[in-house]
Amino acid sequence: MKYLLLKHYRGAPAAVNDVPMDQWTPAEIDAHMAYMNDWAKRLEGTGEFVDGQALSPEGTFVRYDGEGRPPVTDGPFAETKDLIAGWMVIDVDSYERAIELAGELSAAPGAGGKPIHEWLEVRPFLTYTPTVTE
Amino acid sequence: MDEGLVRELTPQVIGVLVRRGADFAAAEDAVQEALLKAWETWPATRPDDPRAWLVTTAWRKYLDSVRSDAARRGREQRAELEPAPGPTEHTDDTLRLYLLCAHPSLTPASAVALTLRAVGGLTTRQIAEAYLVPEATMAQRISRAKRAAADVRWDRPGDLSTVLRVLYLVFNEGYTGNVDLTAEAIRLTRQLAALTNDVEVAGLLALMLLHQARRGARTRPDGTLVPLAEQDRSRWDTALIAEGVVVLQAALARDRLGEYQAQAAIAALHADARSVEETDWVQIVGWYDELLGITDSPVVRLNRAVAVGEADGARAGLAALADVDATLPRHAAVSAYLHEKDGNLAVAARQYADAARAASNLAERDHLTRQAARLNEKLRG
Repeated sequence: MKYLLLKHYRGAPAAVNDVPMDQWTPAEIDAHMAYMNDWAKRLEGTGEFVDGQALSPEGTFVRYDGEGRPPVTDGPFAETKDLIAGWMVIDVDSYERAIELAGELSAAPGAGGKPIHEWLEVRPFLTYTPTVTE
Repeated sequence: MDEGLVRELTPQVIGVLVRRGADFAAAEDAVQEALLKAWETWPATRPDDPRAWLVTTAWRKYLDSVRSDAARRGREQRAELEPAPGPTEHTDDTLRLYLLCAHPSLTPASAVALTLRAVGGLTTRQIAEAYLVPEATMAQRISRAKRAAADVRWDRPGDLSTVLRVLYLVFNEGYTGNVDLTAEAIRLTRQLAALTNDVEVAGLLALMLLHQARRGARTRPDGTLVPLAEQDRSRWDTALIAEGVVVLQAALARDRLGEYQAQAAIAALHADARSVEETDWVQIVGWYDELLGITDSPVVRLNRAVAVGEADGARAGLAALADVDATLPRHAAVSAYLHEKDGNLAVAARQYADAARAASNLAERDHLTRQAARLNEKLRG
């Protein structure tokens, strides 16, 4: 079963080690990135890795504005509550395994080389309908 | 090129290599490489004897890998004389492969992947596409599965019940991409049924055939679900139903009932009814009771409540549902269905909406949302 591990720029409860990345030392940033890459590589090795992507914090809202008119764009809105920073997609045997892996990812080192204890959101994918349902 | 033939030969060729002294993991790798080469070259020049071609090619690949391993380790090369082919005991070998690939020491996902590759003859890429994961991930999943299987003795590889569970998982996956996993599961189960005399293998085969028969009628072209009661029964595949019923009857006649036979019996009773009104719900409830006797699972209790609702009325169904764990997925959906049948539309509408939020798959969620919308429209008058 596949799960999305969502990382938020904004919208998740505050992390324990909640220091913005631009306040870290360059070596701490390197250590953080290495941790994330190692984690993904290890999951590829266990046959559980599906995807990992990071998103720019700057986004634009777009909506339809009627026939023959170009879409309206707006934003970014500073007040938007939820801001996704990126995700990992994993394919694991159980919900417990998904939680375990998210816990590991949340232990990525941040300021002072200490774990960030960042809150990650774990969301199951909707699957295809099973062949047998009765 | 004859894809079916290549897939059928795959486990036999692995068996030949193992009999010649290759360990399973190396043999399986070599055969996979030979398969890839077959995919590449057969369309232009198909060998006269595909089996011999695969054996020779795989054996060469195996020797190459042994040689390069030996060279890497700077040791003496192993003897590489090609032994005479052993007796063609490919029936036993294929059965062993099924058991090994579904060995209890493997996780379900890795057993599925390894079975599809070593027994099914699918390429890593095809399996990765079927399960919507990157090829590198699937390749690793398969090598881990092989490492887990490395300690299992070739002549004592495990038991049939885990094989059946793996085949059932493949069949039940539901998604159909380039590789039709339900068709592949049926092929592998049919082949297994020919190799063994086990009643539950027959039961599982019957179950698959009977569900596959209804598959086309179960979804509209846009992917939305058609509930059993609304399916166009003229679209059910009567040949598959007939085959499923024959297989099931032969199994039941041997009087060793198991889980898959009981499930197949339920599917057969549905398949047997020319219209939903003609469904023999009383017998279906009887089979659910049998099934509960074999395996007392909450999912069986839930499905039994639906059948009781049809056999004895909505109130009886709701009473049966009262004993079922309410946290089960689909509990709210069943409850909504029975409440609507009982005339309580407001409760049913609310529960359909709850059920939609709890649904674990997209088509079911959309179906439940539409049910809620239909009742809400009715309630508005």
